[in-house]
Amino acid sequence: MAEDYSVTGKDGKKYTPTIGIECHVQLRTKTKLFSEVDNDARGKEPNSCVSPVDYALPGMLPRLNGRAIKFAVRAGRAMNCEINPESRFDRKHYFYPDSPKGYQITQFYHPIIGAGYVELSSGRKIRIEHAHMEGDAGKLTHYATYSLVDLNRVDTPLIEIVSMPDIHSAQDAHDYAKELWRLMCYAGVTYGDLYNGNMRFDVNTSVAPEGAEELGTRTEVKNLNSFRSVERAVEYEIKRQIQVLEAGEKVKQETRGWNDATGQTTAQRSKEEAKDYRYMPEPDIPPVHLTEEFIENELKDFPLMPADYREKFRDTIKDDLLEILLDYPTLMKKLGDMDEKHITLMVNLFTSVLLAEEKSAEYLNDLPSAKDLNELAEMNEKKELSSTATKEVFLKLFDPQMKGRGTKNIAKELGLIQENDLGALEQIVDTVLAKPETKKAQEDYRAGEEKVLGFLIGQVMKESHGKANPSAVQQILREKLK
Amino acid sequence: MRIADKNHSAVEMVQEALNKAEHFSDHYIFTYINTENALKKAKEIDEKIARGEKVGRLAGVPYALKDNFLSPEGETTASAHILEGFTSPVTATAVQKLEDEGAIMIGRTNMDAFAHGSSTENSYYGPTLNAYDTERVAGGSSGGSAVAVALGIVQFATGTDTGGSIRQPASFNGVYGFKPTYGTISRYGVVAMASSTDCIGFFTQTPEDMDLLMSIASGQDRNDLTTLPDYYVNTESKSAKRVGVIKDFDNESVDEEIRDALRQKTEMLEKKGYEIVELEMPALKYALAAYYIIVPAEVASNLSRYDGIRYGLRSEKATDIETIYNDTRNEGFMPENKRRIMIGNFVLSSGFYDAYFLKAAKARTLIVEEYEKAFQKCDYILTPVSPNPAFKLGEKVNDPVAMYLEDVMSVSLNLAGVPGLAIPAGKTREDNLPIGLQIVGPRRSDKNLLAFAKECIDE
Repeated sequence: MAEDYSVTGKDGKKYTPTIGIECHVQLRTKTKLFSEVDNDARGKEPNSCVSPVDYALPGMLPRLNGRAIKFAVRAGRAMNCEINPESRFDRKHYFYPDSPKGYQITQFYHPIIGAGYVELSSGRKIRIEHAHMEGDAGKLTHYATYSLVDLNRVDTPLIEIVSMPDIHSAQDAHDYAKELWRLMCYAGVTYGDLYNGNMRFDVNTSVAPEGAEELGTRTEVKNLNSFRSVERAVEYEIKRQIQVLEAGEKVKQETRGWNDATGQTTAQRSKEEAKDYRYMPEPDIPPVHLTEEFIENELKDFPLMPADYREKFRDTIKDDLLEILLDYPTLMKKLGDMDEKHITLMVNLFTSVLLAEEKSAEYLNDLPSAKDLNELAEMNEKKELSSTATKEVFLKLFDPQMKGRGTKNIAKELGLIQENDLGALEQIVDTVLAKPETKKAQEDYRAGEEKVLGFLIGQVMKESHGKANPSAVQQILREKLK
Repeated sequence: MRIADKNHSAVEMVQEALNKAEHFSDHYIFTYINTENALKKAKEIDEKIARGEKVGRLAGVPYALKDNFLSPEGETTASAHILEGFTSPVTATAVQKLEDEGAIMIGRTNMDAFAHGSSTENSYYGPTLNAYDTERVAGGSSGGSAVAVALGIVQFATGTDTGGSIRQPASFNGVYGFKPTYGTISRYGVVAMASSTDCIGFFTQTPEDMDLLMSIASGQDRNDLTTLPDYYVNTESKSAKRVGVIKDFDNESVDEEIRDALRQKTEMLEKKGYEIVELEMPALKYALAAYYIIVPAEVASNLSRYDGIRYGLRSEKATDIETIYNDTRNEGFMPENKRRIMIGNFVLSSGFYDAYFLKAAKARTLIVEEYEKAFQKCDYILTPVSPNPAFKLGEKVNDPVAMYLEDVMSVSLNLAGVPGLAIPAGKTREDNLPIGLQIVGPRRSDKNLLAFAKECIDE
C-alpha cells in the first residue's frame, strides 16, 4: 500500500481497514435468465411474471438467455476482465420460499468473467476477483400470522461482481460502488435503478493493527442499495471493530444488517449458523462456450467507459465538472459525439441549465441530436444567438412540441436569431437615422455625448424587432456618426 | 404397430385396452385410468378416418404413460404422496409428440415413487405385480409400464431409465425396453430424478415398434438444453460384425440361467456369422458406487422443489415455515426417497464434495472412456440386464444394498450415456420367469442398434 489509510483508535494505536465488496447487478434483459417470461415486473401484479420453469413445476428445465450472456461479456469488458471461453452453471441449495427450486442457479466453480480491475476517479485500481451469472430470488412479505410470496423477481438475470480486498477506506468503498454503477450503466447492461434494487452491495470489512501481516476477522453487511449507505456502513464497521479490539475482544465473523435510519449495523447470523449450500454442477445446462469471434462481435461497438472519457476530456473539461457529468452516461455519450470545439459551451449548458431543470431526468433519456447541439453552439459562436437566447433554444430542443425541427428552425420560429448581416443592418440603421425623432440624439452624439448612443441602439433594436446583434449595431452607428 | 383404420376403429381399440386394464386390475398397474378422455379422442380419430382425413402414425393406438410424465390428463404424481393432487398445466414434449401422432393415453402407470427403486415396491400406491407371477415384483422403477405391455393391455408404454428403470422391468416381464442415448428424447415435462442420467424410453413387444416410437419421440427440443441435435431419423444404416461380451460379468453373482441365456445367444449370433469379442472392462466395477453418489446428489437437489409451498401436498400439521418443510417432506416422501436425499446431501456437503462427488465424477469419466475403448473392438455389447430374474415381493425391501445391486449391470450405461435395449431371451426352467438380455451400443447408434436387435431374435 503506497498510501496511508490507517485509522487511529482512542488509545492512539493505528489500524488498517480492509474492505472487499460483492455487487449484484440486475441485467436489463427483456426476458428472464432461464425462461421466456417478461423480466420487467415493475408495476405488475405479484406472481404475474412467472413461467412454470421459474415456478419450479416438476419436470421443468432451464433455458439460457443468450442476451444475458452477451451482457455479461460487456460487463466483463467494462471492468477490464478476462472473459472465460468456457463457463458453467452450478446449483446452490437452500430452503426458503423465495427459491422455488430449492436451489439458486449460479456459477460457483467456473464463472463467465475472470480477473480484471476497476479504476476509480482517484486513479486507484481495485482488482476484480471474478464475476459470475446467477438468477435472482423472489420476494417475501411478512405479516403478523402469515407471509406472502411473490416470484416475479425469480431468475431475473444477475451478475455478481466480487472485488479483491483492495479497498481501505469508506471513501474508496463509496467511489468503487459508484464507479461500478457507472461502468454497468455505460456498458448498457443494467437500468441502474438503485432505488428499485437494480444494484445491491454486500460489504466485507475488517480491521487489523497497522503493519500486521494477517487481515482481521471480517464482517459482512448485506443488501446495501446506495453508495452513501455503503460508505456509512463501512465507516460504522471500521469504528465498531476498532472499539471491539480496543476493548480487548475479538471481532466475530458474522453477517450484519444495515439500518439506514439509525446509521448502525446489527448482528444477524454468525459463521456457526452459516448455511452449507451443497454446491453441485447444474446438470440441466451444458457448459457455455464462447468463441473469440462471438466475444469480438459483441464488443465491436463497445462504448467509451468513464476512464476513456477522463482521458478524452482531460484538457477540455474541469475534473469536478467531469465527475458530475460522468454520472450521466447519456450526456457523456453526447459530448463524445459532438465537435470538440463546442464541448465547453455544451458542458456549461448541461451542468447549469439541463441538470437544473425539473424534468432533467426525463430529458436525459432523450437528448437532442449531436447535429442540433453542434448547430446551437455554432449559432452561439457566430453571435446569431445571444447567451440568453442560446439557453432558451437549448431547452426548446427538449420540448416534445419542438424537438426534431432543427435548431435553426426553432430559433427562427422563436424570433431569437440576431441580425448579423451588415448590409441589412446598415439599412435598418439608415432608416432609424432618417427618422426626425433621432436627429437631436445624432447631434448630441457628434457633440461628444457618448451616452445617447444607447438610445440610438435601442431604436435600431426596436426597428429590427429585437433581432439585430447590438454590438454590430453599435459598430455601424459609430461609423455612420463619425 | 396396429393403428386404427376403416376396419379397426380407434374406439374399439381403446375400449379393448380399457377392458384389459380392468381385467388385470389385480396387478396394480395403473394409478389413473383415462376412460373418458381416451374414448373421446378415439371417437375424434374415427371421425377423421371416416372423413378420409390424414391421421398420424399412431392413430388410435392406446398407450400407457408412466406416472412421472406431465400432462393435464389425470394427476401427475410420480406415484409419490407429496405430489398428490397435482394436475399439470404443462404437457411433456415426448407426450405431445405421441399425441400429435394420434396415440391415446389410457392410463398412468405405477412406479417407484420418483423412480427410486428396482421393484415398484416404493410406490405410495403399493407394488405392481409381475406379469408372469403375482408373487413376484414387476421390477422398477417403470414396473407398471412393463407389465401393461407384457399383459398385452397396450402395444406400448412410456418409461424413464435413470439406472435401469426401463431395462430391468422389461427383462422381468419379457418385453423390449429401450433406454436411448442420453439426450435423444427431451426430458422436458418429465419429473426429474437425476438430470445427468435420466433418459426417456419405451416398452414394446417388437423392435420395429420401438423404432417407430423413437422416430416420433426423438429430436432436439429447445426446452431441454441437453437434447442432442436430431440424429435418429437421419442415421445411416450400418450392419454389425462384431459383438462383445464382458468377461467380468460372467461370474457366480449372476444367475446361472441368465449366463446360459447369454451363452446361447452369442452362439446363435456366431452361427449367423458374427464375430464374438471378449472384453475386459475393469472400470465398470466402479459404476455402481459412482452411480449411488452422483444420482442421489442430483436426486436430493431435484427433490428440493417439493416443499409444500406451491403445489402438491402440504402437511396438515404444519404451523410455520419450518414445519411446512419438515412435516410435508416427512409425510410426502417414501423411505427410499429420504434415504437418497440424505445420501445426496451428505456427498454434497462442504468438506465431503471432493471426497465423494468429485471422485465419482472422475470414475464416471473412466467409465465413459471404457465404453469408447470397447466400441473400438466391437459394434455392440451383449450383457445381462440384472443378476437375477424377477424376485419375490418383499425379498429385498429391507436390504437397500441388495436392491442397489440389482442395478449393477445397468447403471454404467446411464453414466456413459450410451443406449441399451433389453430384449426377451427365454424363460427360467422351473418358474417360467422371463429372462432378459441387454444390447449396448455406442452413443447415437440407437437406430442401428434396434435393427441389430432383430438379428438377436431366435428363429
